[in-house]
Amino acid sequence: MVLNVRDLACARGGLPLLEGVSFSVTSGAALVLRGPNGCGKTTLLRTIAGLQPALSGEIDCPPDAIAYAAHADGIKATLTVAENLRFWAAIYGTCETSTALERMNLCALAERAAQNLSAGQKRRLGLARLMVTGRPVWVLDEPTVSLDVASVALFGDVVRAHLAGGGMAVMATHIDLGLPEAEILDLTPFKARLPETGSGDFDEAFL
Amino acid sequence: MTALLMRDLRLAFRAGGGFGLGLAFFLILAVLVPLGVGPEPQTLAVIAPGILWVGALLACLLSLDRIFALDFEDGSLDLLATAPVPLEAAVSIKALAHWLTTGLPLVLISPVLGLLLFLPAEAYVWLIVSLGVGTPALSVIGTFGAALTVGLKRGGLLLSLLVLPLYIPTLVFGAEVVSRGAMGLAVNTPLALLAGITAGAVAILPFASAHVLRINLR
Repeated sequence: MVLNVRDLACARGGLPLLEGVSFSVTSGAALVLRGPNGCGKTTLLRTIAGLQPALSGEIDCPPDAIAYAAHADGIKATLTVAENLRFWAAIYGTCETSTALERMNLCALAERAAQNLSAGQKRRLGLARLMVTGRPVWVLDEPTVSLDVASVALFGDVVRAHLAGGGMAVMATHIDLGLPEAEILDLTPFKARLPETGSGDFDEAFL
Repeated sequence: MTALLMRDLRLAFRAGGGFGLGLAFFLILAVLVPLGVGPEPQTLAVIAPGILWVGALLACLLSLDRIFALDFEDGSLDLLATAPVPLEAAVSIKALAHWLTTGLPLVLISPVLGLLLFLPAEAYVWLIVSLGVGTPALSVIGTFGAALTVGLKRGGLLLSLLVLPLYIPTLVFGAEVVSRGAMGLAVNTPLALLAGITAGAVAILPFASAHVLRINLR
């Protein structure tokens, strides 16, 4: 399986951010997106995940192959860690959550309500969700925010195991995950030129 | 899908989930009206159908903004939109969960409140039937309104303004069923129209809600 992105342009809030982005990720490979804040990393990842349409260009990937992890983890505060995880497992039609709990070192916290977790523990739960999706393409938006050094290493191992199992990962991150084989794509050269004013479709203003 | 329904119900029943908010509002309204209007059974019996329906409608309105706002804030909505569940189905399930936690309790408690308002005995069965048939429309229309305003800070006022006009036909025909029932007249026409509104809303609005959600999530 290959994730192909060809000549992609995407916009945030009606303002074009990136254009001409092309890359290709094959099974077992990871791509790390780099670039200064606000350069369009999140927008690109949301476009790949199918949450917003591309301005132009193509994304070639089966739509049911992608698991997306955003800045927010989608954790319900009044449910326990295990309940949160079981919910996402049921949504994705996989039933097994114990491996994910174990791999992200959450076993001891399984019965704790998510509102009592620390920021890093919440993040670990959010990342454990990826493992229960059973999907091959992980699209990760700054997965290591608020993780300590040990947890970053833990997550690095999880990503490596995922890649070894034939999966792939596209991630925006500022720190080193310990994945020397990962390809790095700097988004700075793809910055969109300012649009000519007055060319926008009038109807677009209402969408 | 069952998982989504169970999660929403579980969240509603846990602390801070908002279950009981609409119910408490409905109860307070029915207790306060006799105090405000005066205890004469004749007066109360005349206004009871309208008061009960208005109360049910406002109670539904109270909890609408929670349908998507909480999921939007904690990021679950983005994740649900990329999950293998079709968004149309997720929206329908959310509306169903809202009805089970708001509409259904109102239907069940309404006879007790009818008693407080001296509702004529013949009208009880029509009160339950009309609320049972009409409140699903309130939840489905409300879900559409919530989808339109998701992501807006303090969108509650806008949501009410958008949704209230859409609620009016349900209110008119629902209250008409009960008042005709109270007077012993035939209720077929308003009941059929009420059921028609509900059926139409349930059939069409989930698609509209899913579409506006996709636009709002961009």
